[in-house]
Amino acid sequence: MEHIQRRPTGVARASSGLMDGLQRWLPKLVVAPTFILIGIGIYGYMLWTGVLSFTNSSFLPSYDFVGLAQYAKLMESERWLVASRNLAIFGGLFIGICLLIGVVLAIFLDQRIRQEGAIRTIYLYPMALSMIVTGTVWRWILNPSLGLEKLMHDWGWTSFSFDWLVDSDFAIYTIVMAAVWQASGFVMALFLAGLRGVDSSIMRAARVDGASLPVIYWKIILPSLRPVFFSSVMVLAHIAIKSFDLVMAMTSGGPGYSTDLPAVFMYAHTFTRGQMGLGSASAMLMLGAILALLVPYLYSELREKRHD
Amino acid sequence: MTDVVRTGFRPSRIAIYGVLLLACLVYLIPLIIMLITSFKTPMDIRTGNLLALPTDWTVMGWTKAWSEACTGVQCEGVRGFFWNSFKMTVPAVLISTLLGAFNGYVLSKWKFKGSDLMFGMLLFGCFVPFQVVLLPMAATLGKLGLANTTAGLVLVHVIYGVAFTTLFFRNYYVAVPDALVKAARLDGAGFFTIFFRILLPLSTPIFMVSLIWQFTQIWNDFLFGVVFASGDSQPITVALNNLVNTSTGVKEYNVDMAAAMIAALPTLVVYIVAGKYFIRGLTAGSVKG
Repeated sequence: MEHIQRRPTGVARASSGLMDGLQRWLPKLVVAPTFILIGIGIYGYMLWTGVLSFTNSSFLPSYDFVGLAQYAKLMESERWLVASRNLAIFGGLFIGICLLIGVVLAIFLDQRIRQEGAIRTIYLYPMALSMIVTGTVWRWILNPSLGLEKLMHDWGWTSFSFDWLVDSDFAIYTIVMAAVWQASGFVMALFLAGLRGVDSSIMRAARVDGASLPVIYWKIILPSLRPVFFSSVMVLAHIAIKSFDLVMAMTSGGPGYSTDLPAVFMYAHTFTRGQMGLGSASAMLMLGAILALLVPYLYSELREKRHD
Repeated sequence: MTDVVRTGFRPSRIAIYGVLLLACLVYLIPLIIMLITSFKTPMDIRTGNLLALPTDWTVMGWTKAWSEACTGVQCEGVRGFFWNSFKMTVPAVLISTLLGAFNGYVLSKWKFKGSDLMFGMLLFGCFVPFQVVLLPMAATLGKLGLANTTAGLVLVHVIYGVAFTTLFFRNYYVAVPDALVKAARLDGAGFFTIFFRILLPLSTPIFMVSLIWQFTQIWNDFLFGVVFASGDSQPITVALNNLVNTSTGVKEYNVDMAAAMIAALPTLVVYIVAGKYFIRGLTAGSVKG
């Protein structure tokens, strides 16, 4: 409203009004392309996939609606059950082990360590690699005849055998190993940043009271890092639900479909098996899983901010 | 301060260093294995073990991976795909970062009715599993004639990267005092003048973060590459996966490892040169996103 009052009189009015108008519209014009791209590319497409999940689309999208039939089919599909169970195993172990390793390494690194920067760089470099590279390397390391097994044999442990990569009951754990190797340094970095933010006077006061270092960490410092803990879980769960590359590179979902994860299931059904309806339904369930995590997380974040 | 600095007695210090160094080894060994395997002969691989050094070092694996190895039907190495990845990554990184910078500027300094809603939509966009957009995007790219082209991949990476870059810049510019912008506006500076004269000179760190984050993300992407590209337009990650999974003839692990190294080198170099910004991107993207 201000600019109307300040508006000069006479000829200048028209041009300055135009400039003002332009200035007011310019910010919106600048973000408009992104708004359109995101609106269509994320929200529109999400809706479109949702619609497809209620149709009997096979090799091509069709719009014969079949209600919840695809979801029902999904629930009865042995392969989807395996994929969901694998996600529970993979996600649980991946998140748990990453947190454990990340917290321990962060606490140890926070003890005035020499060459801390170099060590941190080493812990974190796997995050810069593609999951396909990680998968390729771990697949070679875990190679049942020439990999780890041969190494142990050469070192004198001749009874050692390790064929998890091709054992349908254990292959999923090899994916966990590679994923933990890649992402645990990242959790370390998050917690280290959190530890650096902890007020050192708390530490000193507790030491004066005679508390030992492990007790201080367990009782005082780690509880104060709850926000870091939650955001780590959030990011790791997000990585787990979307995990696709690593499985493709290490096992392609095999042996059989024993290492399928929902993302692999979705890809296989939508793009190679010509069951787009079913694939769309599985994608919507993945979205649901992310929402189930995201909504409480964002809710608690916002609530905490309001309390501050 | 002094009694805090004097942390415990020696055995615990030794144990801490022991654990930290052991962890260093665990993180480094896969890279070491990848490197030494890539310089071995196939014969050497069969007779030696993972950690045995090559008996005679050879770059045969590297040259074969670069220009001869089979990635599916064709056997021309990963060379072409490596350049595909560059042709896809460079424009996508630049465009998404520029868009992100302007968006972040508007969403922090030129708020309008609905700008907070847009920010919320972008924030949520960072979390959406891409599986939920793959099929419609494939259909759209087909309609636009961009299926299986590098241009199509650039478009896809811009769309799904811009949420992150906007977030980076928005959170960075929020910390710049509004008074600076207000003063400039009173002096008659316009939208672009304020951006180029006041904010841009302050933005080098966040540009580094955004460029490096986007470069790593896009170079390492596999999902979009495998869904939206085929044959000649595939990025290196897809080619590597094809190479490793091609089951014709004898498996040559030295070639696999050399190809993996080739795919990993650009992001590794960036990490070594500008790791500081990479880590900032990681933590910014997770804590605030």
